[in-house]
Amino acid sequence: MTALVIAAPAPTRQDADCMPRLRRGKAGDGAPSGEDAATVARIRNGEESAFAELVDQYGATMLRVAQMYVRDRASAEEVVQEAWLAVLNGIDRFEERSSLKTWLFRILTNRAKTRGERDARSLPFSALAGAEGEADEPAVDPDRFLGPDSATPGAWAAPPRAWPEDRVLAGETLGVIESAIEMLPEAQRKVIRLRDVEGWSPMEVADALEITDGNQRVLLHRARSKVRSALEDYLEGAPQMRGRAPARPVKGRRSNPIEGGAG
Amino acid sequence: MSLFVREMACQELVELVTAYFDGSLSRSERRRFRAHIRGCPHCTAYVEQMRLVIEATGRLTEEDIEPGAREELLEAFRGWSAGRSAG
Repeated sequence: MTALVIAAPAPTRQDADCMPRLRRGKAGDGAPSGEDAATVARIRNGEESAFAELVDQYGATMLRVAQMYVRDRASAEEVVQEAWLAVLNGIDRFEERSSLKTWLFRILTNRAKTRGERDARSLPFSALAGAEGEADEPAVDPDRFLGPDSATPGAWAAPPRAWPEDRVLAGETLGVIESAIEMLPEAQRKVIRLRDVEGWSPMEVADALEITDGNQRVLLHRARSKVRSALEDYLEGAPQMRGRAPARPVKGRRSNPIEGGAG
Repeated sequence: MSLFVREMACQELVELVTAYFDGSLSRSERRRFRAHIRGCPHCTAYVEQMRLVIEATGRLTEEDIEPGAREELLEAFRGWSAGRSAG
């Protein structure tokens, strides 16, 4: 019963054949699990190791989520500590209607929100997420597609190439991805970290960040598209070396974190 | 069937990849998406790139909680636990 949750991260309507391989079992869909029940029982029993596991699993993420609501890191740290204490004090009331993770982050979000209102964070995360979602940002440079006057408008003019999988997954390339993520606008960066680095489900992200499912998907899509573009520049050289006109710079986002200085 | 399915341009497809992976396309959109990649090696390559991006991103390491903050929490746990068994 415990292993089930680990092995099957909620494939609901996903296309199993088309899904990226799931590389770890951390993703859940918000449903309670036997593992959750065991953890809660151990914590109620006073087993420190059970609490420590929980802290190790979610502590850093909680800090990151809290920072979306409050003004500075110090406030976020306080909110996280408060949330953990609230978790302990409320552990007897945890009823497994949701997963432990969802419950945990709900407690955190509530506290962070209250604190954020008091601190008057200049721009709430939901507003930021909305603004980043509205801006018109194509996934791929429009210059790479044929124009409206061609026989097949919107077809690839400069098509993507097949990438060598082993090179993409090499440590050096992962550094390029990390840098590309660091350069993303805040909301996109946070969503891609939760979804793709930590393996959260769309529902968990929408829930914890209090944004809509559609909004988190738009942000994720932009984030992934930019990471792909940075990776393409890295793997295939700068655009002009691929035998096509240099791409129009789009607000500096196409700059390559590694080869930025190379011509 | 194809009579009812408007063709999807490559430029349109690249905007739908995340929704496709998430399983949140409508049935007709998904049908058009699949029909397109079946006949388009470029978009097949694009979707494969996105898949690799996701897989590679998943290999990045997550941050760990700071040792100081962790120790504070464990201390709080001990206090909480002691209070419980005493009460």
